[in-house]
Amino acid sequence: MKLKMLVLSLVTAVPLLFLSGCEMVVFQPQGPVARSIMELINWSLMWMLLVVVVVFGLFGYIVWKYREKPENMGYEPPEEHGSTVLEIVWTAIPILIVIALTIPTVTTLYDLEDVPAGYEEKEPVVIHVTSADWKWIFSYPEEGIETINYVNIPEDTPVLFKLTSAGTMQSFWVPALGGQKYSMNKMETELYLVADNPGSYMGRNTNFNGRGYAQMEFEVLSQTDEEYDAWVKEVKETAPKLTEEKYMELLKPTHLGRLTYSNTHLAWINHADHDSELVTDPEDYRYHGYQGKIFDQEDKKSNEKDTTDVENNEEDHGGDHSGH
Amino acid sequence: MEVTIVGIKWDEILITGDPIILGSQIAILLTSLGIIGGLTYLKKWKWLWREWITTVDHKRIGIMYIVAAVLMFFRGGMDGLMMKAQTARPEMSILDSQHYNEVFTAHGVIMILFMAMPFLIGLMNVVIPLQIGARDVAFPQLNALSFWLFFSGAMLFNIAFVVGGAPDAGWTSYFPLAGKEFSPGIGNNYYAISLQIAGLGTLMTGINFIVTILKMRTKGMTLMRMPMFTWTTLITSVIIVAAFPIFTVALALMTFDRLYGTHFFTVAAGGSDMLWANLFWLWGHPEVYIVILPAFGMFSEIISTFSRKQLYGYKSMVVSIVAIAVLSMLVWVHHFYTMGSGALVNSFFSITTMMIAVPTGVKMFNWLFTMRKGRIKMTTAMLWSLAFVPNFVIGGVTGVMLAMGAADYQYHNTLFLVAHFHYVLIPGVVFAVFAGLYYWWPKMFGFMLNEKLGKWHFWLFVIGFNVTFMPMFFLGLNGAVRRAYTYSAESGFAPLFMLSAVGSVILAAGFAVFCYNIYWSIRYADRNISSDPWDARTLEWATSSPVQHYNFAKLPEVKSLDAFWYMKKNNEGITLKDEEIEEIHMPSNSGLPFLMCVAFGIVGFFLIFEWHLLAAVSTVLIIAGLIYRSFDYNDGYHIHKDEIRKTESTWKKMEGKVNNHVS
Amino acid sequence: MSANVNTSLPLEYQTEQSRMNILGFWIFLGAEIVLFATLFSVYGVLYKNYAGGPTHQDIFMMKEVMIQTVLLLTSSFTMGVAIWEMRRNNKKGLIGWFILTLLLGAGFLFMEINEFIHYIHEGATMQTSAFLSSLFVLLGTHGAHVTFGIFWATMVIIQIAKRGLTPVTARKTFIIGLYWHFLDVVWIFIFTFVYLKGMVL
Ligand code: HEM
Ligand SMILES: [Cu+2]
Ligand SMILES: [Cu+2]
Repeated sequence: MKLKMLVLSLVTAVPLLFLSGCEMVVFQPQGPVARSIMELINWSLMWMLLVVVVVFGLFGYIVWKYREKPENMGYEPPEEHGSTVLEIVWTAIPILIVIALTIPTVTTLYDLEDVPAGYEEKEPVVIHVTSADWKWIFSYPEEGIETINYVNIPEDTPVLFKLTSAGTMQSFWVPALGGQKYSMNKMETELYLVADNPGSYMGRNTNFNGRGYAQMEFEVLSQTDEEYDAWVKEVKETAPKLTEEKYMELLKPTHLGRLTYSNTHLAWINHADHDSELVTDPEDYRYHGYQGKIFDQEDKKSNEKDTTDVENNEEDHGGDHSGH
Repeated sequence: MEVTIVGIKWDEILITGDPIILGSQIAILLTSLGIIGGLTYLKKWKWLWREWITTVDHKRIGIMYIVAAVLMFFRGGMDGLMMKAQTARPEMSILDSQHYNEVFTAHGVIMILFMAMPFLIGLMNVVIPLQIGARDVAFPQLNALSFWLFFSGAMLFNIAFVVGGAPDAGWTSYFPLAGKEFSPGIGNNYYAISLQIAGLGTLMTGINFIVTILKMRTKGMTLMRMPMFTWTTLITSVIIVAAFPIFTVALALMTFDRLYGTHFFTVAAGGSDMLWANLFWLWGHPEVYIVILPAFGMFSEIISTFSRKQLYGYKSMVVSIVAIAVLSMLVWVHHFYTMGSGALVNSFFSITTMMIAVPTGVKMFNWLFTMRKGRIKMTTAMLWSLAFVPNFVIGGVTGVMLAMGAADYQYHNTLFLVAHFHYVLIPGVVFAVFAGLYYWWPKMFGFMLNEKLGKWHFWLFVIGFNVTFMPMFFLGLNGAVRRAYTYSAESGFAPLFMLSAVGSVILAAGFAVFCYNIYWSIRYADRNISSDPWDARTLEWATSSPVQHYNFAKLPEVKSLDAFWYMKKNNEGITLKDEEIEEIHMPSNSGLPFLMCVAFGIVGFFLIFEWHLLAAVSTVLIIAGLIYRSFDYNDGYHIHKDEIRKTESTWKKMEGKVNNHVS
Repeated sequence: MSANVNTSLPLEYQTEQSRMNILGFWIFLGAEIVLFATLFSVYGVLYKNYAGGPTHQDIFMMKEVMIQTVLLLTSSFTMGVAIWEMRRNNKKGLIGWFILTLLLGAGFLFMEINEFIHYIHEGATMQTSAFLSSLFVLLGTHGAHVTFGIFWATMVIIQIAKRGLTPVTARKTFIIGLYWHFLDVVWIFIFTFVYLKGMVL
């Protein structure tokens, strides 16, 4: 009795949740990349639902029919070893399902490596993304501007994000526009995204990287071409210049609000380069508990330690929100 | 203020300044004092030492594993509840981010390595020698050492949050975050050292069970007549031997990086963080099959017993566990499709991963068809096994969805993933150990757990589990990520997080009923029960409950699968004739494994605090233990016929007048 | 468990417990293979990451390595002779060859330590680069195994001297034999993939 109830409630609860799920960001793609992934997900959902229905149905039927009741206490089940035909059937069908899922998975995997279909003609905007603890740095080498914790892109134009990290490993994710990819120090990974329309989309880090991880978000603002050009122009004219010293300051483990500069840090360091220097300082990461030995690289000794800064970091550990 | 004497910063050793931790410190102190006081008052020290600490009896070692695992479940569960409380509402501040990080790290490590694995290894210890008709495992003293090394590692890991600082880089401990460059505190040393110690114990368990199962099966038990739990234990042990050395190396390199400044996984000087991710998951994915396969075996036994039918498709069950074991070594990259290894690599690993669904599906259908045409008795143990089927299917289908590399770009590191692996681990492992505990409890202790409380435990836990984790699928698809200690009110996540938190309270209530059930049953349960209360099918039920320390007066002879069932049916091999009684040779107890536990604990502790000189000096303790062992020629002792005669006639006499509690 | 002795088998295989120990040790060696395979893969991933530090050619001393190799290979041979003497029930011969084996092992170890000291003098330490980290740990793990083997074997020699050749001491000796040959095989891989390949590239 109870068992039937459980099965029933499960069976009804899931579609209900699904209905409410139509609002979920993964199912509301705002660009071709996210859309192709959603199509793949929907295709898999259909098959998986089929599996669930079949197995749940069979399960409910068997358990209900063959449960022990006062009437059948005398029933002694037959001896049964198996059935080759059935075994073949339930090996073959899953194999077919796996094949049905594999084909679109592989094609999508290959498609996602390239400019989305239909946008090959347009010259992509290249944006270098540098993730640091706990902020996102966006450099536009063509335009010569740099933004922190927000990124503006033109609508309907492929954007090539070149990802790297100033230290720990992060994962760059804008769910409304597409899937995610890791950013790692001394390495460059690439990700194409396109936004169909103007709009503001949440982006964030999904790969845990310490105390400030929860707030490591950024905004993607998709604009019309005119708006975008105007914005670039305005930044170039009004935003301050970033100095190397200031940049090193930015890389310390802190939360920053939005910042904008009219040049890029790529002029003096690209963290994706294999022989780029690690510029973070372990001292900045000291926190509570017993402290162990730090092994400094000789060449990095020049970094002076600024005690006031360490204290600042400790204050915002549980931290306030980055500004947006 | 800094207090540094002989290079040790005394004032930093204990974590101070946090009320939750202060409370825990006091609670730990009081509990320890209580235990010590209680043992002294009841004069139980000698008993504890003789009967438990020095035991080499596989059944007692199994019970100690299970007790430790239940305690660890409690600790890990409390961590889970703390996380659920913290995220119940947006912008809560029960835990700050640092504590949340420490808590989910502890939760993950404890649940997998100190709860799931020991629980299963405990049940394996209790059951396997009995199932194959043996008197102990192949290397009883090594078995005790395995347990004590696990215990040493577990205790070291558990003190981290009050002494020195807890690891906070997640149970995966990804570099470079977990390295000295970004985590200079000693917290993550705890991870490297204590898991190393516990892992050595696990490796020895693997070797021990392979030899036991290959060499000590009773007469007539061919490989294809082994019970399914024995089969899964064998294959699990093989995976342990194949996978744990990888973890041993990974942890050793982590130790070198953190303690001695090498550059395996660092950012600087040519290290590679991706190397850690690969090594970790080369062990980590097989590890999840190490915990799932024995659980599959237990479900097989229980479903067959309570359907009163032989396991359907026995051969294909064996083939599928072997297939799963092989595939489990070929899928590790699915944990980081997003690393950018290219479409070809991701395609390959998508396919291998999805292929695991095929043998798993075969097993599912075999379980269903075992029940078909059966007579399904709804005992608590069976209810857990039944609930496993639909819940695990949800875990399985979401697993296939995650396996599809391109789709994973949207699920990776979100709560969708967290929901998925809890849907695999909780129905797959936790339901299994509960089922196994209710099922084998009478074998271990000679009385049953209360079935009525058992059903409360079951319903609360299963409902609570679904309410907790079902919402997380949807949160994940809506952009909520894992390991985030809070979220903003604008995100719109609040209602589902709240629902999930409510679920975890129901879940906890279920666990509380379970604890109460143990208490109630110890006090009040009927001791006068049959040695075969479930009318079961395998050899562990052919002897007394609780099992006499030599297991079988005469080793049973096996003629078919489900040996005991046919022994009962054909009424052969059950009675014991007087002239069949022979002296039995048994291994002696030994205090050495426990002393090694202490020695490893001390060395480990010093290494964690980077007190290298102290560590080096105390390594002498370990060496002394090894030398002692090498010169130890204690050959065990013999049990005399009279004693066997007496023991056997006592329990057989009891059998005639037992109360039946099940039908 | 039971002490039934089958005297038709070689001494070390006569009791069931011995047979189980030997099988258990084979499985342990399986685990050791995985362990060294992992270390080799780590080395394979990191061996070109010099990070501006010394390279293979800068530090390797091929003549010394050749001598090490000869010492270890010979010790594997003498270990074989020792086991052969054991099979002939010649306690004296066994102990003699056994000790010779350990001396050769100690010679190997002495040279390896010298090699390490030389590297450190050259400024090539474990902390210098990922390449050197993986080199030191791979060689060091092998060296630590040899060291452990020497101590362990010494224990067993004492036991043979005290108790003579019994099923137990024979089994212990045989197991050390397996261990020793295994270390030899590992060294052959190190020699090929670390030293030879390092010098050629
Ligand atoms: C008993 C109830 C349980 C509750 C309430 C619970 C809850 C949670 C929560 C809230 C998280 C963290 C989510 C996040 O913020 O990322 C988590 C993570 C995790 N849980 Fe559980 N869990 C439970 C049982 C288990 C069991 C039985 C296992 C394993 C056998 C397990 C293994 C894990 C692992 C491996 C993680 C990942 C830790 C990490 O991110 O490093 N949990 N759990
Ligand atoms: Cu990388
Ligand atoms: Cu996996």
